[in-house]
Amino acid sequence: MTIECLVLGAGQEVGKSCVVVTTGGKRIMFDCGMHMGYQDRRRYPNFSLIPGSNDFDTAITCIIITHFHLDHIGALPYFTEVLGYQGPIYMTYPTKALAPLMLEDYRKVMVDRRGEKEQFTAQQIQGCMKKVTAVDLKQTVQVDKDLEIRAYYAGHVIGAAMFYAKVGSCTVVYTGDYNMTPDRHLGAAQIDRLYVDLLITESTYANSVRESKLARERDFLTAVHKCVAGGGKVLIPIFALGRAQELCMLLDDFWERMNLKIPIYFSAGLTIQANMYYKILIGWTSQKVKDAYVTRNAFDFKNVCDFDRSQMTAPGPCVLFATPGMLSGGFSLEVFKQWAPSEMNLICLPGYCVYGTVGNKLMSKPKQIILDDKTHIDVRCQIHQLAFTAHTDSKGIMDLIKHVSPRQVVLVHGERPNMEILRERIKSELTIECHIPANHETVSVPSTQIVKVDMTKAFIKHNTSMMRRRVLDDIIEGNKTLTGLPSKVAEGIIVMEKGKRAKIVHQEELLPFLNTKEHEVHCSYCFPVYVGIQSGEVSMAKKSEGLSIERDSKGSSMQKDLDALSAERNLKAFMVEKDSRSLLERDLEALPAERNLASSSGTEVAIEIDQMSEKSEALFAERCLASLDRHPLLHLLFLKLKEWIGEVENIQELYGCIQLNSMCIHVCGNEDCPYRTEPAKEYDRALFFCCSWSWVDEKLARRVVSFMKDLDLSCD
Amino acid sequence: MNGLDLVNWQCLYSAADVKVCLKKVHTLRYAEEVCYDNTLIIKPFSSGLEIGSSNWRISGPRRNLMYLTSSVFESDHTMDFDYRSLQGSDVILFSDCSYVHNTEYKVPCTSSASLSSDCYSDRANNAAELLSDNSESLKEMQKIGFICSCAVNSVKAGGCVLISIGRIGSSLVLLEQLSLMLDSSDLKIPIFLLSTSAEEMLAFSNVIPEWLCNQRQQKLYSGEALFSHTELLGAKKIHVFPGVDSPGLINAWQEPCIVFSPHWNLRIGPVVHLLRRWRGNEKCLLVIEHMMDTDIALLPFKPLAMKVLQCSFLSGIRLDKVQPLMEKLQPKIVLYPEDSRIRVLPDDRNLYTILYYTKNETVRIPCLRNEIEAELSKDLAIGLKPKLLKNGSMAIARVKGKINLNLGRHLLGPVPEPSRTFQHEDEKDLMDVVSVENSRIFQRRGDLPVLAEKSSRIFHNRVVHWGSMDPSMLLVALEERGINGTLVKHETSSGFSCKIHVSEPNKAVIDISGSSSVISTGDESLGALILEAVSSTLDSI
Ligand SMILES: [Zn+2]
Ligand SMILES: [Zn+2]
Ligand SMILES: [Zn+2]
Repeated sequence: MTIECLVLGAGQEVGKSCVVVTTGGKRIMFDCGMHMGYQDRRRYPNFSLIPGSNDFDTAITCIIITHFHLDHIGALPYFTEVLGYQGPIYMTYPTKALAPLMLEDYRKVMVDRRGEKEQFTAQQIQGCMKKVTAVDLKQTVQVDKDLEIRAYYAGHVIGAAMFYAKVGSCTVVYTGDYNMTPDRHLGAAQIDRLYVDLLITESTYANSVRESKLARERDFLTAVHKCVAGGGKVLIPIFALGRAQELCMLLDDFWERMNLKIPIYFSAGLTIQANMYYKILIGWTSQKVKDAYVTRNAFDFKNVCDFDRSQMTAPGPCVLFATPGMLSGGFSLEVFKQWAPSEMNLICLPGYCVYGTVGNKLMSKPKQIILDDKTHIDVRCQIHQLAFTAHTDSKGIMDLIKHVSPRQVVLVHGERPNMEILRERIKSELTIECHIPANHETVSVPSTQIVKVDMTKAFIKHNTSMMRRRVLDDIIEGNKTLTGLPSKVAEGIIVMEKGKRAKIVHQEELLPFLNTKEHEVHCSYCFPVYVGIQSGEVSMAKKSEGLSIERDSKGSSMQKDLDALSAERNLKAFMVEKDSRSLLERDLEALPAERNLASSSGTEVAIEIDQMSEKSEALFAERCLASLDRHPLLHLLFLKLKEWIGEVENIQELYGCIQLNSMCIHVCGNEDCPYRTEPAKEYDRALFFCCSWSWVDEKLARRVVSFMKDLDLSCD
Repeated sequence: MNGLDLVNWQCLYSAADVKVCLKKVHTLRYAEEVCYDNTLIIKPFSSGLEIGSSNWRISGPRRNLMYLTSSVFESDHTMDFDYRSLQGSDVILFSDCSYVHNTEYKVPCTSSASLSSDCYSDRANNAAELLSDNSESLKEMQKIGFICSCAVNSVKAGGCVLISIGRIGSSLVLLEQLSLMLDSSDLKIPIFLLSTSAEEMLAFSNVIPEWLCNQRQQKLYSGEALFSHTELLGAKKIHVFPGVDSPGLINAWQEPCIVFSPHWNLRIGPVVHLLRRWRGNEKCLLVIEHMMDTDIALLPFKPLAMKVLQCSFLSGIRLDKVQPLMEKLQPKIVLYPEDSRIRVLPDDRNLYTILYYTKNETVRIPCLRNEIEAELSKDLAIGLKPKLLKNGSMAIARVKGKINLNLGRHLLGPVPEPSRTFQHEDEKDLMDVVSVENSRIFQRRGDLPVLAEKSSRIFHNRVVHWGSMDPSMLLVALEERGINGTLVKHETSSGFSCKIHVSEPNKAVIDISGSSSVISTGDESLGALILEAVSSTLDSI
């Protein structure tokens, strides 16, 4: 399964943000913006490129709007009211409250400016907003059974949010515009470490690192103060909401401190009403502003008043905030025409100006602006570009990517050359795949996919090694501790049954789960090895070797005690060796008295052995001793085998047997041994070795057997 | 009162304690998920009772529990009871005990126990209707209206009104309605709010649109204040002071007036002062909430000439809505408080298990699931080599991966391969050693599959066979491989046992018992063939 990411706008440009993400049968439209630089059909995203665009309601599962800027929401009324989309739309409470103001402001500008046929009416804006579902930050919204979305604080403007969307196991984050550093009224963007498949991020300042905010604020205040002190007028073309409130707070503060009496105006439409919204939405501002609201709401500006049209030509200094921003038309452009020709005046351009607007042209500080054939404006006034913006810089983008840890990144909302530089940084510094699709291009990204299964408690318990910290702090840490704790390689068995969810069980649980018992498959083979002496002389040989073990098992009791002791010691070491467990079981099984002890499985064996009664311990020791009886030749065999196999293999000598993986080699004195295929008498000068192994070790065992058959264990 | 009771008059906590305590509180928004200990996911939903009041879902790996508190379906101040989000809970801990204190509730008739099954769909429809009707909120508005008209009548007659109700949301609505009614009666009567927290509460209630009911949220969208008290404060129609001794109160004071001053049992604060002042005046009115012991509450102020209006606001789920709600939520288990009134609720369909809880007793809730719902990555799933079992209904496969626990969910994903580029120096050395070792083994032992054996031992992957061996099936399987055997059965003390003797192409014996098979032969290739045959007649992994 893949995630298809169709960029309808803001691909290698800033304007008309619109990204359509399709995955797992769901299609989400992130943002539905308009381009301020165009007046023709290019101002809207080309919705006809959406698959199934003849019926948007079935083609699109939901629309998510990140914030109220027109380049993110400008085309929404057109899409819902003109193109008829009726499906769900999500945005945060502040965005739902403030978007109609932005849209209405824009609509008026368009109609007023060129008497242009309006794209949508005031009623249509209202109609569109009625379809919107408001969401709170971090609220996990279940759009439908399979689609879940969640908003995260983005800074940038009030109510701006990054959105996380999850379809099945596919996860996407779309950032919209965001700011990683707090400003005068908003906090910094905040998001969880989500490890998503795809992160779609803005990249307006893909290749710049901003200097300190304080310095930039000081520059702005100095420029404004210098102008008004010299009797000039300051025009700040700005959108009604967002930067306007931030700059207003800054100026209002400065005016208080400097005790200035020069009027600060808000042009009609902007404004006092907008500030009313801000007062209610104070919960979405920075902590500092929030904390002070009971005593004084930060959006109660003391020095700000409404602007009357007649004051445009009145003499004397003033500061005017006028809409729309970027000098794209309307009142701010009108004021610009009046004020631009005077050297005393100042135009402050806050933030980004889209290509095609007067604001954008002013950035190159031209002597003249040609609006149309008849209108040429001489620009003699000062131009101050406000370097501060509510967008993150490249460091912030990198930090966000690192934090969210996506598998792939798509960059939108930026300028191509800078985006290319950032893409290379993301690839080389973060080793994350990164794309910069142009408009109308689709990027396909693979997604993590999962199958729902059941796991048994035992499977999880045996396969995770995590330390639980039941500290209250964990609650407070909450989302910060969400990352998985270290785990080891887990092994289990998956059981699939028709019509049921697959289940993963621990290996030891499988047989009980299937309601069956193990059927062990062993191989055994009893065969003679040439020893060079009569089998009856074995004991003599041993004695001559100076070993003090008596052939008679009822020999020196002291020796027996010692052997029992060492057997016990060995036993302990043996129990640690988990792989040898099956051997131990079999060994025990041979002792009728201990049959009951040996029936258990798994690691419990060790425990049960611990509980062995003294009597059975003695029995066990005796049996070990009996095997030890023949130790010398077995030991010799062990040495030869070890030499042949090499240190790396897991070969061990235990009482009375040699253990190699599951293979066990005994000396066999039973002439009727069922595993002998050849009769004994033919091999007088040979000793029988009984070998048994689990079938998995068949190949190894066969090689060992053939090695032994060729062996000569005579003592030299 | 004797001396012993005085012992209880100690300071329980200080303002500083409260501050420190609240610092430890982790706040959530509605439907925000928080994960505790990487196991439990905690999520609150609006309960509709008061601003911010919640029902809580706690989801663990094997079940989830809904803590259902006093909830109000529709409110004219607070966000409604979000009951739709409570669907899909395994266990509902019903702890809405509001009916205990409320005389208004009537036990629903139990005759529905005789309902036949074809009425169910009808009932389901009725349930949905019952839950979504707005009669409750209408009734609440009527109550507020009634209080307002009583208050207006009192001030018209020259009396003062003292309102001492603790419900914040209802107080705010009452304040709004009262000022509207005063305006429409053309009365210029001041309203005072005397409380240490009033100022903060008024400011706060106007900046929390996301916690309020729909109608209030609409006000945000049209740029109006959420509650009208902002405007009333500006117009100096209401006055806020922390207490009776606050500077400025004397100047603003004017009688008749309406005073809001809440205290739950009329013992502390401005309410005491004002009750003393007005208790003898029969034109005055005291509005209090319904309480257990009104007489005791009013005792210090007797004789009492002033009128007393007791009102009860809706403070929980009406009993007749409990069952329709449960039908809608479809839990598996419901825990009700041990209370006869809840017991009377008819349950004729056993849609869910009902358990009762009492004070100081632990209730064991039966386990609903033995397994933990988890996830398996597709990468691993694709790599599985499932094997159909002999009974034909199941397939099994070994699976190996890494368990990641994230947000309470277990995901079994592929074991990350050691990345070449970021390889640690030590790790690299180790790799070299391993490869040297391997080459040595191969030199010495030729074609032995050493590596496979090694890894199988590292992971304790014991190959397991199971099922019962059918000797005749084995004979067939042997025959398919060109081996002829003769079957010898014999009874043993421990049950059945048999041997298959093979003489061609070489000597071999297969000893079969109920739980094991032992193959014995000196011929390596024959042994391999027999093993194959044995394996094919058993299930294995
Ligand atoms: Zn923006
Ligand atoms: Zn933007
Ligand atoms: Zn033998």
